[in-house]
Amino acid sequence: MSAGLREAWAYLAGSPLLWLSVTLLTYLGALSLYRRGGSHPLLLPVLTSVIVLVAILTATGTPYEVYAHATAMFAFLIGPATVALAVPLYGQLARLRRLWMPIGIALLAGSLTAILSALGIAWLLGGSLETLLSLAPKSSTMPIAMEVARVTGGLPSFTTVAVAITGITGAMCAFGLSRLMRIEDPAVQGFAMGLGAHAIGTARAFQEGETAGAFSALAMSLNGIATAVLVPLLLALLGLF
Amino acid sequence: MQLLGELLVRTAGLPLPGPLAGLLLLFGGLVWLGRVPRGLRDTTGYLLPHLMLLFIPPVAGVMMYFDRIGREWLPFLGACVGGALLTIAVTALVFQWALRRFGEAAQ
Repeated sequence: MSAGLREAWAYLAGSPLLWLSVTLLTYLGALSLYRRGGSHPLLLPVLTSVIVLVAILTATGTPYEVYAHATAMFAFLIGPATVALAVPLYGQLARLRRLWMPIGIALLAGSLTAILSALGIAWLLGGSLETLLSLAPKSSTMPIAMEVARVTGGLPSFTTVAVAITGITGAMCAFGLSRLMRIEDPAVQGFAMGLGAHAIGTARAFQEGETAGAFSALAMSLNGIATAVLVPLLLALLGLF
Repeated sequence: MQLLGELLVRTAGLPLPGPLAGLLLLFGGLVWLGRVPRGLRDTTGYLLPHLMLLFIPPVAGVMMYFDRIGREWLPFLGACVGGALLTIAVTALVFQWALRRFGEAAQ
């Protein structure tokens, strides 16, 4: 009996099916918990899912590489999903044409704040140069942030984690922060969310509504371009690159 | 139509330097077309609300960096959390100000 179980485990542990199913089930569980919890920011599905999954991976002694390999399909889908963000963005075309000026100004201010605050805070708190370089592009989407870190001499995989923490922080706090600052316009809330917290924030913004989601997607894609241009430029100005 | 939408998304996403280029290309294509094909709208309607699912595996990569985060957790976490909050606050304020200042003029 237990030999049969071990055999089944050995087969399943090596196939993508197991980890894809575990990830999907964990996500569905996390999602229903989130909905039952009245969409509380601390119950954000990404956060709870990752805690459960890291616990499962640690408990079963599964190396992250095995898990990452098995779930490569999800990682692949991030590409098309990012491309698909063009659809809600297109829905906001009229506003976009009308508002290109304020959007441009806010993009420049936000992108500069994102990069300089990351570098400044990490430097003040005594981070190493490698950490600083890995942190600089953390407000942009994961594929862009990784590429920028690779080019400027940071650690791309360390950047991924920084991108994730930034996104989760933003997704958890942005709408609360907006209310605190008495900002009611979903366009402003969404734009700030997408600029500061990329795709994780955008996913959260879509739960709030189509307008917030679309402006978040807009800010995210624009900030992706801005970050890719500004990070090497600022690092050069600061003499770090 | 569904397949066409998928094909469009995938061919736009793959051969280019990044998904971002694909996003801009698809956006340009939609502007040129002047509407969103139904298949594409349906596909994205299913995909986008569950964007968070796709990010679980890369975020779980945090387990590989427990050592380094243990050594540099303060600057790391400070920059991530503080930087995110500051960025969002500044962006929101500037965008709100710029909307009032230039929003009407551009209309």
